[in-house]
Amino acid sequence: MYAIFKKEIRNYFFTPIGYIFISPFLALCAMFFISGVSYYQTATVDYILGPINIICLFIVPVLTMQLFSEERNKKSDQLLLTSPVNISSIVLGKYFAALCVFCITLAVSLIFPIILFIIGKPVLSEVIGTYIGFILIWAAFIAIGVFISSLTESQVVAAILSFVVLLVLYSLDGWTQGITTTWLKNIISWFSIFKRYSDFQIGLLSLPNVIYYLSFIFVFLFLTGRSIEKRRYS
Amino acid sequence: MEQSNVIEIQNLTKRFGASKAVNNISFDVRHGEILGFLGPNGAGKSTTMNILTGYISSSSGSVKVCGHSILEEPNEVKKKIGYLPEQPPLYFDMTVLEYLNFVYDLKKASENRKAHLEEIMKTVGIDKVKGRLIKNLSKGYKQRVGLAQALVGNPEVLVLDEPTVGLDPRQIIEIRNVIKALGKKRTIILSTHILQEVTAVCDRVVIINRGQIVKADTLENLSGKASSGRYTLRLAADEYKVKNALSEVANVKYSDILGVREKDTVDILVEAAEFADIRTDLFNAFAQKQIPILMFKPMEMTLEEIFISATSETVADTEDIKPVPKNLSDELKKIFMAKKKPENTKAEPEINKAGSNEAAPENEEKEDKE
Repeated sequence: MYAIFKKEIRNYFFTPIGYIFISPFLALCAMFFISGVSYYQTATVDYILGPINIICLFIVPVLTMQLFSEERNKKSDQLLLTSPVNISSIVLGKYFAALCVFCITLAVSLIFPIILFIIGKPVLSEVIGTYIGFILIWAAFIAIGVFISSLTESQVVAAILSFVVLLVLYSLDGWTQGITTTWLKNIISWFSIFKRYSDFQIGLLSLPNVIYYLSFIFVFLFLTGRSIEKRRYS
Repeated sequence: MEQSNVIEIQNLTKRFGASKAVNNISFDVRHGEILGFLGPNGAGKSTTMNILTGYISSSSGSVKVCGHSILEEPNEVKKKIGYLPEQPPLYFDMTVLEYLNFVYDLKKASENRKAHLEEIMKTVGIDKVKGRLIKNLSKGYKQRVGLAQALVGNPEVLVLDEPTVGLDPRQIIEIRNVIKALGKKRTIILSTHILQEVTAVCDRVVIINRGQIVKADTLENLSGKASSGRYTLRLAADEYKVKNALSEVANVKYSDILGVREKDTVDILVEAAEFADIRTDLFNAFAQKQIPILMFKPMEMTLEEIFISATSETVADTEDIKPVPKNLSDELKKIFMAKKKPENTKAEPEINKAGSNEAAPENEEKEDKE
């Protein structure tokens, strides 16, 4: 698993892919930070990470699109699958590499809350909560991206498909507003991945929410493994 | 049992939808053997190798490598096999050394990293390009890096899917020599549709067509059975003189003038009557008439002919395979006189002749230049 993790990390930073993700992320963080601070005059990180969520809808698929599709396209998956490694470690190696790049970027963006602490008085639990929530939500979305990448041979298809799926999940909350059937609305909003995020934003770290995201990740990584395994049999 | 048979394949079948890519094939590979896996394109060679190495699964049948079943202990099997697929599994954004280091990690090799990789790179001749990005290498070098990858971790078994495709003739010879050298310690399965490759490298041949084995035997047995008592000669004389001399030799079943390939000489084909050795008689007859013999070459049934007859026996309706010509001399004439090289000897002409014919060095040189 470590060999694959290392290789993928190397791949992110030795090819433009990593930078295509990192640079807009940080640049827009800075932009939202400046405009947020100067307009609202409040010390919360919410106006950075809130709008960044929408940006991530576009750039997280970039992070995951080539993970499996490119291997399949270049036939280099033949090396991975004929080496004495389990499919689960291939999937985990790749997933953690993508997650690692995401977290490194997010770590750099910590500079903005640090500035906030210098110039103002943000609520610490809110900042931590927002960051944890942000990591969990996108860890789950990266898992979806990894799964979609394993379904296709084309990076472009993987990227667009991931984007569409993320967009649908993102807008799920808005759709529930229009539903009048209560039980249906309840079910959908229970599954809504962004609804739970608001708990984190107010500094509430609840176990069910964490478990929800972790199981979300597990399910999609498991499906990724199955999708690779299934291809061996077709 | 494990000692003698390194690979045991039994009743292996692979279905893709309704069609069977591999249909109930069984064969064993013994320890230290170089097995040629021969077949036309689309015969099921790559599929078989992919199953053998655990890349895809079989529909039914069993594969055992060193006593381990690919289904039950896939990682044990994969540890024992070094696989070079048809398209080398390379990462173009890595340098050669980075790539091999990655493979070393991936295969959890236990050898001393630096020494092991250095040795491999030397063996396949890529030590000079180790710092270059793989995407900038030529096809031949990419192929070598692919081969190097298969050698990482010193696997007991090497599975090589068309290892010399896309290489120039010199590289082909080099790679074949590498494979031969590797084969002294290891068991190798080598797939190819180039027949000369099998002649040059392999101990035993399995011919596969349309997913089924049509012939499996040692190389000597295959071509020995087909030894034909046919000879081609190049004589420094004109046609009339040659015919005259030839008419005095007994036991000649058939003879024909193949044409003029070199100035002031003539090439002929002579076939002996059954069980007769006419070589001495031929020499004496020409010597008497003071006709110098420039070339004297036995025409064994080539692997090519065996292959074509084997693959067309099973499928009479295959259009893309040429049937064995009824009149062989016509075919030979065509080959001899053709200005362009015939299709199947184009890839590596010098190998074609080198194996069976040491008596015609000038012939080889000529073909080299073409």
